[in-house]
Amino acid sequence: MGLLGHYNYWIVVVLMMIGFYAVIARGNMVKKILGLNLFQTSVFILFISAGKIIGGSTPILRDDVEVYSNPLPHVLILTAIVVGVATTAVGLALAVRIREAYGSIEDDLLIEKRDDVEERRESIQ
Amino acid sequence: MVVAVAVVTVRDLFSAAMLFAIYSLLSAALFAVLDAGDVALTEAAVGAGISTILVLAVLTLARRYEHPVKALHWPALSVVTVTGICLLWAVSDLPEFGAATNPVHQHVAPYYIEQAYADMGVPNMVAAVLAGYRSIDTFGEVVVIFAAGLAVFSLLSAGPGRQASSPEEDE
Amino acid sequence: MRDNGILRIIARFLIPLIMLFALYIQFHGDYSPGGGFQAGVMFAAGWILFVLVYGMPAGLSVIPERAMFVLSACGVLLYALIGLLGVALGGNFLDYAPLLDDPHAAQQAGIILVEFGVGVTVACVVMLIFTMFARRRSQFVGEWKPGDHD
Repeated sequence: MGLLGHYNYWIVVVLMMIGFYAVIARGNMVKKILGLNLFQTSVFILFISAGKIIGGSTPILRDDVEVYSNPLPHVLILTAIVVGVATTAVGLALAVRIREAYGSIEDDLLIEKRDDVEERRESIQ
Repeated sequence: MVVAVAVVTVRDLFSAAMLFAIYSLLSAALFAVLDAGDVALTEAAVGAGISTILVLAVLTLARRYEHPVKALHWPALSVVTVTGICLLWAVSDLPEFGAATNPVHQHVAPYYIEQAYADMGVPNMVAAVLAGYRSIDTFGEVVVIFAAGLAVFSLLSAGPGRQASSPEEDE
Repeated sequence: MRDNGILRIIARFLIPLIMLFALYIQFHGDYSPGGGFQAGVMFAAGWILFVLVYGMPAGLSVIPERAMFVLSACGVLLYALIGLLGVALGGNFLDYAPLLDDPHAAQQAGIILVEFGVGVTVACVVMLIFTMFARRRSQFVGEWKPGDHD
């Protein structure tokens, strides 16, 4: 059918938008990184659901199976998951360094601190 | 989906990390239902294990609760809604879920499914494609994760020491 | 956490099983879902569990940090060497066909070695990242105000 055949893509788009909202609307950096991971996982669901064949099975060669699901998206997503965790680790390391250098990981406090530092520099000059 | 909304709205970051682990586990189960064995294993191990551990490690170093947020952030919500509507409209052109005649199943995939055992002698088609037919992509990925290890090392190897610009000293 | 009896007993039971299962997944990647990445992450998770129960110094005495650095680089180098071996024996980069005589055996040997390199690198990098994060907490000097953990 026209509309109902795409319900998996709707779910993906809704999850993607929830993650997107977390990235842009929350000030806390850890929350942003979690939102980024939500976004990434929804993209994985998009690819994997596009590779599925109804009535197929896992793409490992066996005797009693005729139709296999497509292995190509699995390969892409495997790489993407590992790259995603690498990005998360680097992002969290950056958040730790920002916390130590400026004392906070909230956006509004960081902007205030930056404005304070700039005012102080201007008043010295 | 409910879990995803909860991850965003909860103020206590520890609970957010735990809810994120539940979300990862649910996605891994979804991948398993969608016939993706390797991916489900990787997502369960990586998402529910490593990501959660790293977020908890950062929580011991930073504040546990995020700042209270004033109701809903309307500009962000409007951007998200507009993007969502555009994406939903674009998605209606994509092929149907699960049909065997989708274009994604037509070009290279049948070759891989039929020839992987004949060429490689390896029953697991995903491993055959990953390390055999497309092993240079896997090489790039190993280099990426090594570079991420280097990056984290270069960021976190020196001790914290004194803080750089410390406005608290003047107060 | 060393004194908590339940945690110690369960950890003593689970950690060898986790590491064994990681090795199983590593080498059965050809026949069942698995391969290098999954195995590397599971091995690292087993080591992290050990550190959580027995403490960081015990964990670092089992797998020292220097070993983590060296092994992670060795994994990438193993992958590159297998590729260059294909070139040296007369094929393309990362071509497994010139390695052995039987074509199936050559492909399987190439895949197993390459996945082993991947698994070693992933395990060592994840352990290294966890060590970097965990040690930061004990090194933190300076203004740790009492109201921070509210």
